[in-house]
Formats: sequence, structure tokens, C-alpha cells
Amino acid sequence: MVERRPALTLLAHLTLIIGVLIVAFPVYLTFVASTQTAEQIAQSRPLSLIPGDHMLETWKLALFGGETSAGSKIPPALPMLKISLISALVISIGKIAISLLSAFAIVYFRFPLKQFFFWAIFVTLMLPVEVRIGPTYQVVADLGLLNSYAGLTVPLIASATATFLFRQFFMTVPDELVEAARMDGAAPMRFFKDVLLPLSKTSIAALFVIQFIYGWNQYLWPLLVTTEETMYPVVMGIKRLVGGESYTEWNVVMATALLAMIPPALIVVLMQKWFVKGLVDTEK
Amino acid sequence: MSVEKRVLFRSRWLPWLLLAPQVIVISVFFFWPAGQALLQSLQQQDAFGMSTEFVGLDNFRNLFGDESYLASFKITALFSVLVAVCGLAVALLLAVMADRVIKGAMVYKTLLIWPYAVAPAVAGVLWLFMFAPSIGVVSYTLQAMGLDWNHLLNSKHALTLIVVAAVWKQISYNFLFFLAGLQSIPKSLIEAAAIDGAGPARRFWTIVFPLLSPTTFFLLVINVVYAFFDTFAIVDATTHGGPGKDTAILVYKVYYDGFKALDLGGSAAQSVVLMVVVVALTVLQFRFVEKKVQY
Repeated sequence: MVERRPALTLLAHLTLIIGVLIVAFPVYLTFVASTQTAEQIAQSRPLSLIPGDHMLETWKLALFGGETSAGSKIPPALPMLKISLISALVISIGKIAISLLSAFAIVYFRFPLKQFFFWAIFVTLMLPVEVRIGPTYQVVADLGLLNSYAGLTVPLIASATATFLFRQFFMTVPDELVEAARMDGAAPMRFFKDVLLPLSKTSIAALFVIQFIYGWNQYLWPLLVTTEETMYPVVMGIKRLVGGESYTEWNVVMATALLAMIPPALIVVLMQKWFVKGLVDTEK
Repeated sequence: MSVEKRVLFRSRWLPWLLLAPQVIVISVFFFWPAGQALLQSLQQQDAFGMSTEFVGLDNFRNLFGDESYLASFKITALFSVLVAVCGLAVALLLAVMADRVIKGAMVYKTLLIWPYAVAPAVAGVLWLFMFAPSIGVVSYTLQAMGLDWNHLLNSKHALTLIVVAAVWKQISYNFLFFLAGLQSIPKSLIEAAAIDGAGPARRFWTIVFPLLSPTTFFLLVINVVYAFFDTFAIVDATTHGGPGKDTAILVYKVYYDGFKALDLGGSAAQSVVLMVVVVALTVLQFRFVEKKVQY
């Protein structure tokens, strides 16, 4: 603080509080809607901002599915949450694993075409899934991977940013450690497992947070490769509840939206330190 | 880039084995499809997929002669400028304020970063609910104020809806980077200016804002990339590109033309145009990273 200006400090607090409230308002409203009945939401104008007393039944309906009083069938969110969780874990752990291995190969070995592979991985930065959806879908369909976990995850597992991050990190590991390992007669994989992996722990944690959120929040890709409802991840499942010709049960939609939001939000808040590190590291 | 370790392991086959998973994934799911997109963009398939003929640059000529494609380009440009400018302005204001307060700074930070975790599709549904013409809280307030809100009919309203949802989702990201940028500005500079009698507003515009420009520029590029590619889910969850085609951004159009209208050649040509956009934005971003190192 350069000087004392109580008025300015007050203004700062006020602005921040208003900012926090605006940011939180949609989620509060989502919660309120999930505690009311669909009729209450449809008929009351404006919507009451005080939570109603139908929370338990709405959340039960959202989680386990069933039929509403208006007669619409609600698919259960529980299996969709399971699919989201498995895909997000496979994507994040898979990305970290194959990037660690390729960074290890690029930094610690000399072999022909090394630069070529390095640049090939680099170029994938410029090929996000959005610009090649048609042909990538074709490949996945030809391999028979539609409606499978492999189809949902493997095409998203390559990672230029993670490979770079680990490469940068390995470059800072002192050469003396390799020398010592070789003197002790340790094989390369032993060195990788006993020296490099423990040293990379914080980078791995930071990347995991970012990639888990990336995997959980996928939308366009699951939209293409899943056609069976039993393979829908939850983020996609919500959209199916909205609209269509049938009447939208907003209370159930909102409960499902909260269910889809809670796991990644918890990870961000609980692993805040690694989250911030991950964001800053991956954008270098 | 070509700095190497002094000490290396020796093995004829191990490095290949280590690289194999990554190389297989990028060849099968990145390079092969990208090559296919390039090839298909030069071909025309009949409606039943029975025959394919090579048509050269016809698909591109059709594309740039197509009013709706040019309109989609314009919408995407307008959309990304709005998302980037609004998102950066709000986040910068909040970051400057958070940099100033001492008490409760961590609490504010925690309360502002979590929207990063919300999926774009979910963010879209949340805002759709608030703006829904017949039940939404915000649309009700607007209607009470005399503005007849209906994003299903009015394309300006529809654009506003997707901009607001996209900005909301991106604020936390911009905020974190601005805050880190502000905290890395040496306090001595600001103290010196204060001693010279510059007030807070003047200090901000003559010292803080110029020193923050690398962060601002970096965020500008990131936000444009975000608006171009990551907002598909927001559009698909809220407006479906409508009313008409008035919010059909480029990525939405690639999806729609390829998967709903089944125009493979046209969709592939659009993919190729998007690849060019990504390459340009990536180059821009890396040029900037080099500059930051010198800074």
C-alpha cells in the first residue's frame, strides 16, 4: 500500500463484493430453481429468490431418474456422472503418462529423427479437435470406437503442452543426478521411476487439475462419438434435458447442472495452489 | 530449442518405445484426419457418398461466394471482439481492486476463480435459464424496465446472451493472469510516482497499464482463441446458431454443415480455413512469448 486512502479501499471492497455476487448469482439461482417444482418455476413470475422445499425430491429425480408429475421421463444422472468421471480420469492421467514418456525420450536420449518428432508433437497445438471434427469422427467410426470409452478419451489424449512442460522441467534437472544413476548402474527406466517421477510431483499435480477439468467439460467430442444414451457424459446429458419438443423440467435441469459443476469446482477450490500453477505453466 | 543434456542414456530401441504412444495417437487422430480434411476440401461428393470427384479450389470459391459463410465470419469476429474486450475490462477492474485490498484478498480470489471449472455447455444452460423470455429472472427485469427481451426472435439479444455467458466463464482466467501481472510490477516504481504526487488514477494509466501490456496482449490472443473455438458448447446449448443463422459462429457452422447438412466438401473447406486461423493465432502468441522473455 503506497498511501492510506480509506475511501478507495472501501471502493475496492465494494467492487469486489459486487463482482463476487454477480459471478455467483447464476449458480445461486440454479440452486434455488433446483429446490422448487417445475410448475412453480413455470408459473411464478418472477421466480422466487428464496429456496423452496422440494430440494430432496428434485435431486433424487435428477440423480436416479424417474417420471415427473407432468409425465416426462427423466434419465438418471448417476450413470452419466460415472462416465464423466472415468473419461476425465483417463484423459488426464493418459495425457500426463504419454507426455512424461515422450519428454523423457526427447530429453535423455539421442536418436535419429528426434527433432522431427519434437516438431510433430508441437504442430498438434495447431490442430484442435474443432478444426478436424469430420475426418476425426470418420477415423473413430472406422476403428469401431463409437460409443466406447476409448472413442471418448484416446483421441483427446495427445498433448503438446504437457510434453513441453515436462521437457522444460527435465532440462532443469541437474546432470549430476544422471551421472550418479549411471555410476550406480541404474537402467534408464529405473532413473525415470526413482528420480524423475518424484521430482516432477508438483508439475504432475498442477497438470492433473487442468486436464481433469478439460476432460470433464468436453462437449463437442462426446456429441459426435456417442449416439447411445448409456454413453452420454453428464455435460452432454444436461443439454438433452433442455428443449426438444417436450416441456423442459427446469428444476431437474438445474439440479443436474449443479451435479455436473460440483466435481470440477471442488477440484479447483481444494487444489487452488496447483490449479494456479497449472494454468500459468501450461500457457508458457 | 536445441540445447541438449551433456549426459544421455544409450539405447537403440527404448526411446522409440517411449515415444510410441504419443506418436501413434497424433498420427491416427491428428495428422491423418487433418490430411483428410485437406484432401476432402478439394473434392466433391454426391449426396449418397457413391462417387467422389476432384474439384480443385471450387469448394473454397463456393465458400467465399456464400453470403451465409461471410456473415458467419463477421459474426465470429464481432463475437470474439466483444468477448475479449468485455472479459478483459471486467477482469482488469476486479484484479486492480483485488491487488489493492489486503484484508480478505485470498477469499475474494477463491470466490472469483471457480467459474473456470464450469463447462461452457453448463454455463450456457445457466444463462439461458436467466434469460428465458417466459421464465427468466433477468428477462423479467428487462421486460419490467420496458425492454421486450426475446433472444429467440431478436438476433441482437441472442448475441448478447452468448457474449454474457462466454465472458462470465472466462473472467476467472483473465482475473488470475491480470492479478499475477499486477503483483509482478515493482512497488518501488509506484512509490516513486506517488512521491512525485501522482494520484492513483494517474499512476494506473501512466505506469501500471503500460507495464501490464504484455499480459493484456497475451490474454487478448487467448480470449480470441477461446471465443473462436471453445464457445461452440455455449452456442449449441443456448441459441443453436439462431435466430436464423445470426449467431452461427464458424465452428458451429463447420459442425452444422458437416453433421447436419452433410456437405462434406464444404465442411472440410471450412475446417481448412479454421486451421489457417489457428496457425495465425498460434504464431502471434509465440512471437509475443519471445518478446516477453526480452522484457
